[in-house]
Amino acid sequence: MIAYLIRRILYAIPILIGVNLLTFALFFVINTPDDMARVQLGMKRVTPEAIEKWKEQRGYDKPLMFNTQAAGSDKLTDTIFFQKSASMFVFDFGYSDDGRSISREILTRMLPSLVIALPTFVLGLMFYVTFALLMTLFRGTALDVAGVTLCVLLMSISSLFYIIGGQFVVSKLWHWVPISGYAGGADSLRFILLPVLIGIVAGIGSSSRWYRTIFLEEVGRDYVRTARAKGLSELRVLFKHVLKNAMIPILTGVVAVIPLLFMGSLLTESFFGIPGLGSYTIDAIQAQDFGVVRAMVFLGSALYIVGLILTDISYTVVDPRVRLQ
Amino acid sequence: MNFKLVLLWTDAMIFLLLAVALAGAWLIRQRPHLLLPWQRLFRSRIGMVSLLVLSLFIVVGLLDSMHYRVALPDKNGNGQTVYAAEVLSVFDTLVGDLRSQNEKTYSAPMAVYLYAKESMETADGKILREYPRLKYGGAHLQDPQNEHTGDVLKRSLYGLFAGWLGGVLLALLVVSVAAARSRTTARQWVEARQHTPLNAVLASVILLAMLFGLTANLAGAYHVLGTDKVGQDVLYLSLKSIRTGLVIGTVTTLVMLPFALFLGIAAGYFRGWVDDVIQYIYTVLSSIPSVLLIAAAVLMMQVTIEKHGEWFSSSVERADLRLLFLCLILGVTSWTGLCRLLRGEALKLRELEYIQAAQSFGVSSMRILSRHILPNVMHIVLIAVVMDFSALVLAEAVLSYVGVGVDPSTNSFGTLINNARLEMGREPMVWWTLAAAFSFMLVLVLAANLFADAVRDAFDPRLNRTGDAK
Repeated sequence: MIAYLIRRILYAIPILIGVNLLTFALFFVINTPDDMARVQLGMKRVTPEAIEKWKEQRGYDKPLMFNTQAAGSDKLTDTIFFQKSASMFVFDFGYSDDGRSISREILTRMLPSLVIALPTFVLGLMFYVTFALLMTLFRGTALDVAGVTLCVLLMSISSLFYIIGGQFVVSKLWHWVPISGYAGGADSLRFILLPVLIGIVAGIGSSSRWYRTIFLEEVGRDYVRTARAKGLSELRVLFKHVLKNAMIPILTGVVAVIPLLFMGSLLTESFFGIPGLGSYTIDAIQAQDFGVVRAMVFLGSALYIVGLILTDISYTVVDPRVRLQ
Repeated sequence: MNFKLVLLWTDAMIFLLLAVALAGAWLIRQRPHLLLPWQRLFRSRIGMVSLLVLSLFIVVGLLDSMHYRVALPDKNGNGQTVYAAEVLSVFDTLVGDLRSQNEKTYSAPMAVYLYAKESMETADGKILREYPRLKYGGAHLQDPQNEHTGDVLKRSLYGLFAGWLGGVLLALLVVSVAAARSRTTARQWVEARQHTPLNAVLASVILLAMLFGLTANLAGAYHVLGTDKVGQDVLYLSLKSIRTGLVIGTVTTLVMLPFALFLGIAAGYFRGWVDDVIQYIYTVLSSIPSVLLIAAAVLMMQVTIEKHGEWFSSSVERADLRLLFLCLILGVTSWTGLCRLLRGEALKLRELEYIQAAQSFGVSSMRILSRHILPNVMHIVLIAVVMDFSALVLAEAVLSYVGVGVDPSTNSFGTLINNARLEMGREPMVWWTLAAAFSFMLVLVLAANLFADAVRDAFDPRLNRTGDAK
């Protein structure tokens, strides 16, 4: 098990290197720092001095991969690649355009993101599974058909609609909760209620329908017939036996996204004004802050890989037959 | 009238796609074993009705993809033809005044008056704060207060009736032509198709024709869905957005398909180091959260486009190239899922006897891939393509909101929503732009989802088909 984990972690390194090289190519090779400077400073009437100053402020005035002017090991380290890309492996992301440390910003913004994302995830999962099990319980009846129709309808609605519509009805018409904003501590409940609710509703369609398919596949198995023959009630069969066995395919999709919860949701956070990583990313994209976008790409893929490893581990937890080697 | 045809990049892609689809349909017609799942699809009622709705969207999209520039009147008199800078499409010409009849600012659906009060001078020189009449919406009414409702009702009824008549005639025409071709009477032809969704399709044709008649008749005199901030007709904007949605949903697939197909099958079939390399590539690509990868790529694309302003002769071309780039980027981020599926299927197929037989006969690998593996994974490709469509249409709206979507000058559901999102906060509320964009999107995506389900049911061999044996 331990050996397996070590191998998986070692396998993650080449992938992270790949991601790193890809972002490096995207941000520095396809477009040179000169181009970025020109776009940010305005295309017309920009002096070469201004471009040089922009590059110097950000440390982009060095050679890309290999510094011929430096001596010794500085030949490799005094370059954009080493200082901007390779340093990400130790989670040193440098500074954003407004001069703040990106790493510290990420650390402070993780909590608000998690405060929204975690309840959405946990409550949502519980709701979707229950809804899917109920559809399975009533399979073949009009209730099942109505449930599936509802799912297809819900998944055809844009997520923007859920947010805009939800804000309008709950906050503007009914005045139940503030439209947007965030506060720490116990006061935050008022602010997170609506984003969490909307997050759950937006996911009902696709998730419940997917889980229903899994459950329906499981219901046809022999052990289900045995359980029924024993005289167990259908409810008990579904919520105990079927649910346990269907956990394996459900976990594949679910555990992988847990680490990504830290990243928050772009749309929800920007609409509700939550100072999390999602809104940080959106602001950076809109302000064309390349450093922050680069950092978020790297962080996202690192978390994704953590998710893959967690998925493997969770298999052994729910299915004792699986042995990792 | 003189004009010059303009072929934008995405237009070319769309017509290429259309040609591929037509060629595919012709090939399938020749081969009964390929035709079988399609016949199953044609027997699904939901599938056919949603296909009908989708094809309406596609017709609008295709009409909107034929672009041209009108020749300006020869002012200099030196015989040199100069073309207008504005690129129009056949669709613009067909809807006529809808495009050009702009009001001053917001007006509600079917309104006769403007949304905001203005100072007006009466005949005797007094200044009044009053809602001014619209320039075009309901301009034919003498006394709007009393005539408005009656006129709307009259026009609606008239439009509905004309639509109904047109729909019925169309249905009769289709049935009689089809019957004549199979040398039976129309009654026999219809009765022979009682097990098909023919009735449902004909009923939907008539319903859609009525809807069309209603809208067309009202749009002649009113702004059916109101106008936006700069007075443009929202119905026109929504219809124009359809093309962008379709381009994103289909061209993306066209772009990613060759990669996903070739790499997926190659990885599964060759295994070994080929498999390792391909798996490495798609793990790297899929490990970056797609929104971020798209954002990074689009940011870089913006820099490139701004740097090479000389590539484009007009802003329409620039916006169009940006749309194409967006499709490319979306394709790069979305091919990994299909690639993984195909790899799994190829791994399974390569162990089957008929592949081993081909190998022992000495058939080359490329030939085995193209003749024996490719045809047997096509159902997965088709299902994945149709399923992806709706997700891509929805993604466009989100990306445009984030600011990494289509060019702000391109009509799309995303830009419509993005421009209108602050309007809900106005007093009185401006709801019609958002409502129009969301409803058009809902209908398009819902039809696509339902059609995708029907396609999956017809093509997925794993689903048991007890009702099919006969």
